[in-house]
Amino acid sequence: MSQVRILVGTRKGAFVLSADAKRDPERFAVSGPHFAGWEVFHAKGSPADPNRIYASQSSSWFGQVIQRSDDGGESWQPVGEGFAYEGVPGTHQWYDGTPHPWEFARVWHLEPSLHDPDTVYAGVEDAALFRSSDGGKSWQELSGLRGHGSGPNWQPGAGGMCLHTILLHPTDRARIVIAISSAGAFRSDDAGKTWRPINRGLRSEQIPNPTAEVGHCVHRIALHPSRPDVLFMQKHWDVMRSDDGGESWREVSGNLPCDFGFPIDVHAHEPETVYVVPIKSDAEHYPPDGKLRVFRSRCGGNEWEALTRGLPQRDCYVNVLRDAMAVDSLDPCGIYFGTTGGQVYASPDGGDHWAAIVRDLPPVLSVEVQTLP
Amino acid sequence: MIRVVLPAPLRTLARLEGEIRLEVPGPTTQAALLDALEASHPVLRGRIRDHVTRERRAFVRYFACGQDVSHESRDAPLPQEVASGAEPFIILGAMSGG
Repeated sequence: MSQVRILVGTRKGAFVLSADAKRDPERFAVSGPHFAGWEVFHAKGSPADPNRIYASQSSSWFGQVIQRSDDGGESWQPVGEGFAYEGVPGTHQWYDGTPHPWEFARVWHLEPSLHDPDTVYAGVEDAALFRSSDGGKSWQELSGLRGHGSGPNWQPGAGGMCLHTILLHPTDRARIVIAISSAGAFRSDDAGKTWRPINRGLRSEQIPNPTAEVGHCVHRIALHPSRPDVLFMQKHWDVMRSDDGGESWREVSGNLPCDFGFPIDVHAHEPETVYVVPIKSDAEHYPPDGKLRVFRSRCGGNEWEALTRGLPQRDCYVNVLRDAMAVDSLDPCGIYFGTTGGQVYASPDGGDHWAAIVRDLPPVLSVEVQTLP
Repeated sequence: MIRVVLPAPLRTLARLEGEIRLEVPGPTTQAALLDALEASHPVLRGRIRDHVTRERRAFVRYFACGQDVSHESRDAPLPQEVASGAEPFIILGAMSGG
């Protein structure tokens, strides 16, 4: 019987939540905290070998550790010799627009290769993309991204200048899409050697030129593997869609009560079914009206319906961070998200009904799901 | 034999309990002590000192004999009480919340 394994990163450790295909919220086994006391920004399993899991463990005091499991999260080994930018890192913009040296802070996102368990990409703060081809032991920067030329104009978002989204094309191994807060989306068509910004159609009133080539605070991008040229983006404000691999974008916020938010994801079997969690504003990082609602569009945007059954509809002031939503590939598709209040909610029926699997974890930074045979 | 006390997050990371006891070849300096510590426990590389610059991480401090020696030269001899093992060399995270 199939199973799901949910990898949860929190401010104070990682947790692994496991259940059978029924996904009864009352019957998830909870393992953890792993790496207790450390921030775990992200953990993700290899599509090529589900027992291979990578986790980003970090601390403002003691730096960045990459942990690797080869047995599905039962045991972990610290791996890696650190992250070093290639060459002289140079400067980006600080919050006040002055030049600021590039400084490594942490790994925000780990994206294992679709094909090789030993190859994994890391999106880091200050923004850069690294790749390891030896299971996380050594890391090389794909420095063409920072070298693209616009780097001195990038600036940090409120959470830091992070590279948080890495999308690997399911059939074209040379194509990679990444996103940076606050620089925008970039695409490589040569496996990460060279890059170009793909932000045409984005409009951000928070930057001097709202339609600038770079400087947009993209929060998250998602795609469905059956249609990898269709990209869905949750921007600082605005939900956007591209039908041409990011060459151009159009807004699909439609009837959302608010188009600010962090995560966005796509249903495993319905490429036009998209999920977002509206947040009131960039100053008020909680749901509008104290109601935690996931919004679903079944037509690729513009028309959205509120999903509320089982979610708190009063006095709820949590946030849902950009890496804290994921879908499984069972049928019906399961949707999962974690909150800064420490809850992880699951819907085993595509969002129609929700229940908390756990309620009292540390603030949740990331949620990933593995669907196991 | 030199005694080293690690902060709890690093003991967890290195899967250690209690103090570490180290042989430090040559003069007992901060640099020599930390070199020996990292050689015996490679997982600690980059955790106390930056793995590239070898400088003390900003939120890490060193105490010895009731004194903060974080800003002493890394090549200066540590107190005799530390070198003899009478007192531990204490590595800890700065008290900055979290």
